[in-house]
Amino acid sequence: MDEMRLAKAEDIARKLGETVQDKGFLLTKYEDLMAWARTGSMWPMTFGLACCGIEMIHAYMSRYDLDRFGMMPRASPRQSDVMIVAGTLTNKMAPAMRLLYDQMPEPRWVISMGSCANSGGYYHYSYSVVRGCDRIVPVDIYIPGCPPTAEALLYGIMQLHRKIRRGNKVIDR
Amino acid sequence: MEDLDRLESEVKRALGNALIDATIARGELCVHVYRERIVECLTTLRDDPALAMGQLMDVCGADYPGRPERFEVVYNLLSLRHNWRLRVKVGTDEKTPVPTVTGIYSSAGWFERECWDLFGVAFDGHPDLRRILTDYGFEGHPLRKDFPLTGFVEVRYDYEQKRVVYEPVKLMQDYRSFDFLSPWEGMTDVNLRKIQESLPKTEGKP
Repeated sequence: MDEMRLAKAEDIARKLGETVQDKGFLLTKYEDLMAWARTGSMWPMTFGLACCGIEMIHAYMSRYDLDRFGMMPRASPRQSDVMIVAGTLTNKMAPAMRLLYDQMPEPRWVISMGSCANSGGYYHYSYSVVRGCDRIVPVDIYIPGCPPTAEALLYGIMQLHRKIRRGNKVIDR
Repeated sequence: MEDLDRLESEVKRALGNALIDATIARGELCVHVYRERIVECLTTLRDDPALAMGQLMDVCGADYPGRPERFEVVYNLLSLRHNWRLRVKVGTDEKTPVPTVTGIYSSAGWFERECWDLFGVAFDGHPDLRRILTDYGFEGHPLRKDFPLTGFVEVRYDYEQKRVVYEPVKLMQDYRSFDFLSPWEGMTDVNLRKIQESLPKTEGKP
């Protein structure tokens, strides 16, 4: 029964689309529109903590040019959508990072970039390093590498775009 | 080398009986002086026109657990006028403070704080002897040889308390101790067991 109603609704939508197509209208799904809007301008919070930060800067610069994805680094958490944790997160930094994450407006995403942010990496047994930034904030995408190349970060960002497009929730978490 | 010998003779002349010994190692001169006279020594080294050690590049610490005075505080000096570098060392232990040299070199302030933070060497007369690098409320001095590598606490975010909490270290992955004595590896001509036993023992968990 539901399938029949769904098929009927889709039929109506298609016919409506055909009718208004040449009159300057575009018909799409609400989720697709939201995903397009969200993935088209993900403003990242600058969070370069170590050498991964340098690779992140490379990704911003003209060769890889994150600007073409609408990514402009923001200095304020209140204007950002995604936090790229690029580098070693120390115990001393952890409360500050959580504070910044809490200040970001919903919906928000976190990319963990590099071995140190993923698991502590080289500093896993250290007395002063958090063994993975997922102990402090929920992480969406993990990028392996020490440090990951700018291409790897780019690929991670594209994976995050894919994740946003696939999920049809208006507000996560 | 001639230059280095000249530096050595100048330093010996300037420091006089405050000097314990002077050695040239790897093309650099290193002198030991008495701890109580470090302020006097550095003042002389800075103000003597034949030396003019105008810059204090760094103050480091070193831990030798086997010695009666286990710590060494190392002052690295530079004379821009003569293009000379000099290393001055004093010995101390956990309880005995070293006189501060902040009155002579203002750059010593943070260096001495770092030395206090990482080794626990106190500096007498320092205007603001606080920790500088480690976490707020950190316990212990991490560069001491008897400080366990993983420390004592780790952090995580607690969703009930809505804050970052400190907990005793619980390693998910065991600390890997590489067994260099394995017969399958090379290095059969070295008595590694003897070397391993001679290393200082660490307390607590690795």
